[in-house]
Amino acid sequence: MYLSRTAGKTTALLAILALAAAACGSSTASTTNTTTPTTAGGPATTATGTGGACISPAGATGPGVGATTIGFIYVGSTSDFGYNQAAHAGSDQLKAACPNIKILEAASIPETSDMVTAAEQMIGQGAKIIFSTSYGYKDYAVTLAGKHPDVAFLQQGNLITPPVGPNINTYFGDVWQTVYLGGIAAAKATKSNKLGFIAAFPIPQTLLNVDAFELGAQSVNPAVTTTVDFTGAWCDPAKQADATNSLIGGGADVISQHQDCTSTIIKTAESKGAYTVGYHYDAQSLAPQGWLTGSEWQWGPLYTSMVKSILAGTFTGGKFNTNYTAGFTSTDVASPLALAPFGPSVTQATKDLITAAKAKILSGTSPYTGPITDQSGTVRIAAGQTATADQLSSLCYLVKGVVGTVPACK
Amino acid sequence: MTPVLALFTPKGQHNYGLIISILIGAVAGGTSILWAALGETISERAGVINVGTEGCMLVGCLAAFATAVKTGNPWYGVVTGAAAGAALAAVHAWMVVYRKANQLATGLVVFFLAIGITDLYGTSYVSSEVHGFKNLAIPGLSKIPWIGPILFNHDPLVYLAYVATPAIWWFLFRSRWGLLIRTAGEKPESLVAYGLSPAKIRTLSVIAGGALAGVGGAQLSTAVALSWAENMTVGRGFIAVALVIFAAWEPMKVMAGAFLFGAAITLGSQLQVHGYKVNQFLLDALPYLVTIIVLVALARKRKNAAPEALGMSL
Repeated sequence: MYLSRTAGKTTALLAILALAAAACGSSTASTTNTTTPTTAGGPATTATGTGGACISPAGATGPGVGATTIGFIYVGSTSDFGYNQAAHAGSDQLKAACPNIKILEAASIPETSDMVTAAEQMIGQGAKIIFSTSYGYKDYAVTLAGKHPDVAFLQQGNLITPPVGPNINTYFGDVWQTVYLGGIAAAKATKSNKLGFIAAFPIPQTLLNVDAFELGAQSVNPAVTTTVDFTGAWCDPAKQADATNSLIGGGADVISQHQDCTSTIIKTAESKGAYTVGYHYDAQSLAPQGWLTGSEWQWGPLYTSMVKSILAGTFTGGKFNTNYTAGFTSTDVASPLALAPFGPSVTQATKDLITAAKAKILSGTSPYTGPITDQSGTVRIAAGQTATADQLSSLCYLVKGVVGTVPACK
Repeated sequence: MTPVLALFTPKGQHNYGLIISILIGAVAGGTSILWAALGETISERAGVINVGTEGCMLVGCLAAFATAVKTGNPWYGVVTGAAAGAALAAVHAWMVVYRKANQLATGLVVFFLAIGITDLYGTSYVSSEVHGFKNLAIPGLSKIPWIGPILFNHDPLVYLAYVATPAIWWFLFRSRWGLLIRTAGEKPESLVAYGLSPAKIRTLSVIAGGALAGVGGAQLSTAVALSWAENMTVGRGFIAVALVIFAAWEPMKVMAGAFLFGAAITLGSQLQVHGYKVNQFLLDALPYLVTIIVLVALARKRKNAAPEALGMSL
């Protein structure tokens, strides 16, 4: 029975492929990588201010000391108007601050052993500092750090369970602080009092943003609700378009997001006449009418500070040698966060509200200061109390005013 | 108002009830799968399985997007998208028809080739601006309650698919060419007796199938998403291949199946937006669960419907 065997084999193969393709989508990774590490060409960089100071002093010891080559590994395209483009812009700023350093870059590296291959190639080319910029690279970075004690690994996002090794760290910014400010802009722009938020998966990092967006909106208009749509993918443009249309069809007139690639959502919202609060990168050019503001990464200063600490031999045991988080309130290095420029429809009154809210955060009052109530009405953070770092990194609920469901946190 | 009626009832200017919203999303999202599955129907009717349909969609996606960016006209994009899908399918056809390679293995290789090619050439288009297709409400028809918004307020490639589906049915089952294609898939040796080349017929059918998959890809990038991202088909081409089997290689059933998958894909968003408490992980798995359940449920019947020489070398 040749036929039935063929049909059976096809069925089995398709089931595997469909699931594999779905898994690929969820990590934004493609199954092959055609990008090999290349030296960043880029525009001719000019040394600004502190430029040229990126040399290890004589006698310094430690991982990464004496580095003249630094590698950057990205999960997606460096022109995605999103997470990866922001990280790439940070590498350009590092290059400008340290013109004597050679930068290697590898883009579109999936969160698989391909990352190890890319890192090993860079180390083979002399890299002594590796920026591992995607959440899912962490386990590979930890293994690599054990294997190469003389190389420093800097892991963007994610958390390493202590003790953190002497030649590795994680670093991230409290992006929910700028998302909170974006929520204020959204609440002042909406006419339907319905905001839409497109997210990928219900993980604490994402839920912090969804909740902060709604908390920011409520701070200026208690009647505003935020409907969250989890798409189950960090970058599936067709699904993003569908989600945007669904939210707008449901009455939302401001759309924000926590996705890796951001352009489809912004363009779709713009074409439907809805407002946009962006994420990762300043994408105002995609939505000249509807752009309000957005959360934008400014990695350059933090990247440069970390590299200088490594070169000086002060990384191990220093302030960066941990799960390092910076926010607006960081005073020791420049904040990796910025509020993107405002769009044309944002009024001066709204800008003033946002400035005041930012000042309040800078003075030490976190947006996650109680009373914070979840959807069911349970008080999660008591009045007057501020959420601890542990409470934030394990946050697994939606606040009152968010329409959506969290099945379980991973 | 009863809760059931509320599911169908519009609640505002752009606001349809849940069921209507799902059906609108099903048509918009299912059309790219429909194009790819129509192509695969022709290919499999001629006896060749092309798992690389996913790859044909992907190259069509990028070629169409790049062309639309460069020329400013998405119709040129549809043409190059079809050409790119056809070119990739030609590779598959050459391998399996003339080199007698295993069809499933070759299809996979073709898919990986597409991923590589599109990663390499797609990077520079990730942030490009495109003037893509816009929705055109058909005068009169789009005003019909329920049916109008569901079927007649979409992009032109959706309407083209409405015409292409019965046309392909007619072509396969009523035209002389269709008879030759089906013979290539059932009893290729009998074509030889008439002095015809089953190899040529199979090759042309696979290429035509790839072209239609390329149009499906074009719809995704120039009408739905209006952007290009790596691997943006995310399995839709594989679903199309499965769909052809469960639709018993019949174009009209393929259409119904494609819209069913479209509904499964959009269901998650719609339920969340309408405030239903749903388990997102279950919804994400839904399109694949539907595939597996339908394939298992219809497995016995399908064996009889399959072209007799499907998957076999000449």
